[in-house]
Amino acid sequence: MAQTVLHKANTRGVADHGWLKSYQSFSFAGYYNPERINFGALRVLNDDIVTGGMGFGEHPHDNMEIISIPLEGNLQHKDSMGNTATIKAGEIQVMSAGTGIYHSEYNADPENPAKFLQIWLFPNKRNVTPRYDQILLNGNDVKDEFVQILSPNEDDAGVWIYQDAWFNMAKFNAGINKTYTLNKEGNGVYIFVLKGEVEVNGEKLETRDGLGIWETASFEVKADTDAEFLLMEVPMKF
Amino acid sequence: MQTIARLVNENERWLAVIANNYAEACSLCDDRELSLVLIGAGLDEREEMELKRHVSATRPRLPIVKHYGGGSGLLFAEIYQAIG
Repeated sequence: MAQTVLHKANTRGVADHGWLKSYQSFSFAGYYNPERINFGALRVLNDDIVTGGMGFGEHPHDNMEIISIPLEGNLQHKDSMGNTATIKAGEIQVMSAGTGIYHSEYNADPENPAKFLQIWLFPNKRNVTPRYDQILLNGNDVKDEFVQILSPNEDDAGVWIYQDAWFNMAKFNAGINKTYTLNKEGNGVYIFVLKGEVEVNGEKLETRDGLGIWETASFEVKADTDAEFLLMEVPMKF
Repeated sequence: MQTIARLVNENERWLAVIANNYAEACSLCDDRELSLVLIGAGLDEREEMELKRHVSATRPRLPIVKHYGGGSGLLFAEIYQAIG
């Protein structure tokens, strides 16, 4: 029987640094909740708003798969591998920190805020050579389907990472009901609602709610309103 | 490593000491009163296993955990989880 854990939007950690407002689904930096450490290999899900012209100065990472998904505005990326790039809504950025990288992320727009999801997964391999990638997502206009944006496979749709994880973005019209079938036994799925209301396994989710579901091979997602959501399938043991 | 040490030392109840390789880590574990060993990047898998074996043999109650992420994001949760 499927197991679930519900994280309502208003129970997330909140950090307000003036230039950054961050809503944290799992313990991060100054927010510590021993009940909210991770969902399997998913360790960080931060819903960040960065003031115009501001950003994260150069800082280090190692041994983590770091995925950024801009929702509004754009971010200027620089890293110690020599990459300089701007990512915007409709794109996805991935960094395998491996043995270690330094990077910075700034909101390139001096006026308007940038909103993005910052997602960290534990890797399935430590101390890999660091790598960076960003792509424009195909299927940004696709409705009523799960659109894969990340996998463990280089030749599959979306970006790839060092973990047996699959991410799908979905934009459903109200009333649409679809079954999500997991890619790998032992994985679970964390559903994060970006807009609207959906039902998963009898649980009603609203904007920015999160639901983890595991010990199941598939489950149904029903949109009660027009809705956008992200499904993150990750190993529960890693 | 200096970044991690600085972040740890911002808490006045904590003091970080750095080991830059396997030999230094073993030496610190033998010579200092430690509450926690955090392993960052830099040790290969064999050295990590050896260090864990060394600590469990000489200081069986000393927690030894991996540090992930490289900065402040996960650091404090890792410490709180390990030492309560």
